[in-house]
Amino acid sequence: MKVFLDHASTTPLRPSAKKAMLKGLEIAANPSSVHSLGQHTRNLLEDARDSIARSLDCNRSEVIFNSGGTESDNQAIKGLFWERNKATARKVVISSRAEHHAVLDTVEWLEKHEGAEIVWIDVDSLGQIDFKQLADEIHLRRDEIALISLMWVNNETGVITDIPRVCSMASQHGIPVHSDAIAAAGHIPISFKDSGLAAMTVSGHKLGAPIGVAVLIVGRSVKLESLVHGGGQERALRSGTMNYPMAMAMAAALEEASSELDWREKQLGELRDYLEAEVKRLIPEVEITVAGGNRLPDNSHMIFPGCQGDSLLFLLDIAGVEVSTGSACQAGVIGPSHVLVAMGKTEEEANGCLRITLGYNSTKEDVDKFLKAISEAYAGAKRAGLSAR
Amino acid sequence: MKVLAAMSGGVDSAVAAARAVEAGHEVVGVHLALSRMPGTLRTGSRGCCTIEDSMDAQRASNKLGIPFYVWDFSERFKQDVVDDFIAEYAAGRTPNPCMRCNERIKFAALLEKALALGFDAICTGHYASIERDDKGNPELHRSLEMAKDQSYVLGVLTTEQLEHAIFPLGKTASKDLIRAEADQRGLSVANKPDSYDICFIPEGDTRDWLGDHLTAEPGKIVDQDGNQLAEHDGTIGYTIGQRKGLRIGRPAADGKPRYVLDIRPKEREVVVGPQDALQISELSGARFSWCGKAPANTDQWQEVQCQVRAHGDTVPAEMAIIDSEMKIRLSEPFYGVAPGQTAVVYQGTRVLGQTTIDKTVSAQAANV
Repeated sequence: MKVFLDHASTTPLRPSAKKAMLKGLEIAANPSSVHSLGQHTRNLLEDARDSIARSLDCNRSEVIFNSGGTESDNQAIKGLFWERNKATARKVVISSRAEHHAVLDTVEWLEKHEGAEIVWIDVDSLGQIDFKQLADEIHLRRDEIALISLMWVNNETGVITDIPRVCSMASQHGIPVHSDAIAAAGHIPISFKDSGLAAMTVSGHKLGAPIGVAVLIVGRSVKLESLVHGGGQERALRSGTMNYPMAMAMAAALEEASSELDWREKQLGELRDYLEAEVKRLIPEVEITVAGGNRLPDNSHMIFPGCQGDSLLFLLDIAGVEVSTGSACQAGVIGPSHVLVAMGKTEEEANGCLRITLGYNSTKEDVDKFLKAISEAYAGAKRAGLSAR
Repeated sequence: MKVLAAMSGGVDSAVAAARAVEAGHEVVGVHLALSRMPGTLRTGSRGCCTIEDSMDAQRASNKLGIPFYVWDFSERFKQDVVDDFIAEYAAGRTPNPCMRCNERIKFAALLEKALALGFDAICTGHYASIERDDKGNPELHRSLEMAKDQSYVLGVLTTEQLEHAIFPLGKTASKDLIRAEADQRGLSVANKPDSYDICFIPEGDTRDWLGDHLTAEPGKIVDQDGNQLAEHDGTIGYTIGQRKGLRIGRPAADGKPRYVLDIRPKEREVVVGPQDALQISELSGARFSWCGKAPANTDQWQEVQCQVRAHGDTVPAEMAIIDSEMKIRLSEPFYGVAPGQTAVVYQGTRVLGQTTIDKTVSAQAANV
């Protein structure tokens, strides 16, 4: 029997999401059609929009459905950059090197192709951004800044950033802030309205919806240049026939996830703490990466010294335990985590990490199975060593 | 046995893995990432290690129902194969990077990691056979399909490495049969073009590639007596035996074409001369190894056959270890053999051992 402890990559489809999607699939009509069948599916789509607006505490017109988190991040960042450079030149983009590649590669694309100047805000050893540096940069470059993009929760380490604080610093100068909140939504309480954000990314499959649906929340007064052009659907920010069954699945998953936040904080938090205490007992040299830091209750990120994450992953997988190093892989190659490097860890440390993420259906038995496999896997991975690279 | 199938994404390694599965082994597919920034797609038959190759390897593994992983050996590969390749050329030698890769990556770094992670053996799609002598010692032999025979590039393997190697393709009579088998097994790589060139030189132009990695220093082209005939832009691009592109204005006194005889990077000299001077009658090298059990009485001359290129001819020869060097006396001369190349010695189909060539003796000098 396999044990799945990699919920941050994709969490299993929630039965409620599946049910909602199947309801949508039963009826086929273009939600933009004028006839009554079209009105019916439009209604289903708009119900989903209402539900998402409730879950994320935003206005319904602020919810833009699209295909995924990467698309949302691209739309928000490029859209804001282009919009902000229409009348006046504002070439500075503020971000951090601990961001997901969907943000990193997008701002770097702007640097390469649109003359953007990226200002990277440092993160400390606990993954927290340097607010002092951020304040200084905002003060110094306030008239040149196109946007700020900083993630709400780090997808690898689970570190939480005080996004409302970032927004309050930026709002004094009218600078729009985008946040990739993919790892935050459905994990901790978030309110778009109270955050002060201009735009926020939330993806469906991290919550229990199928892969291939996400939303970009765009403040009502915020203007964005669109990436795609066509029929003008979704506030003309996502032209194309609306995928209402997926929107329905996402709404159901987000609604359920949002109702579990207390349970997640308490029960999964306790389970995570148990897991970490046991790993430390079995393998004292393990380092809990952000112990004592402000982080998600369901994420455990650890550094196993003297071994490579891919060896550890291989041995755990063979033993039937599915986890992750958390770092992005290219064509299956697990590289050193750029997030850990940004936090000042060595490449060796950034290579030997493991991310265990609990989800809505995780149990103590799952954790115990992991604990049963980890000592042997670590011993084997250490034998394989660091030399074989 | 627990077998790690090294899968390049090509048809040979896919069929090799399939045969290992069929033989009842517990097989795991592993693709080696040898470059940090792999190209997206491969062009024609050039290069490997692209994302497409990795995907093809994964697809084949899925088809065979075996787990699949990608392991990153890019740093080791750069150090031990690519940097070595550049350094050898800089020293005026002609290395064989596939041999270095077998010696230091596939049957060293990968094998070590595999053994540490609980595997018993590595299976590859090389065309060669492992057989046992009457005492059970492993021997490496040529493949049945001589046109594809890769025993030469495996000549560096030792007994220990042979003990942990499986080459399921060695007994197959032709590559066409392998492709037909792949097709029959539903492997999508059945018709994928073969790769021939050096995998880290995707454009296939070694001279051009070396030009990007080494600084060219101009120098003289001289004859055997040291008289300057012309100038060159750098010794890097020249290979021993080369005739074309020397750009020497005047013809030789005897009117015959001239060939590169020697490359001396330190002196920045390229020595040219008549074809006869390219004939090599003896080779020697201090870095040698036995492929399997060492023969008895290695201080005595033994009859062998010698091969100096991956798909080159073999000639009858005598071999002995004298003053800690493997010396090889050829009964027929080789043309244009460069230091840095590997001489593999065979007895019949069996690979006996190999040496990296340090010195060559020209047939003319030997006759004097």
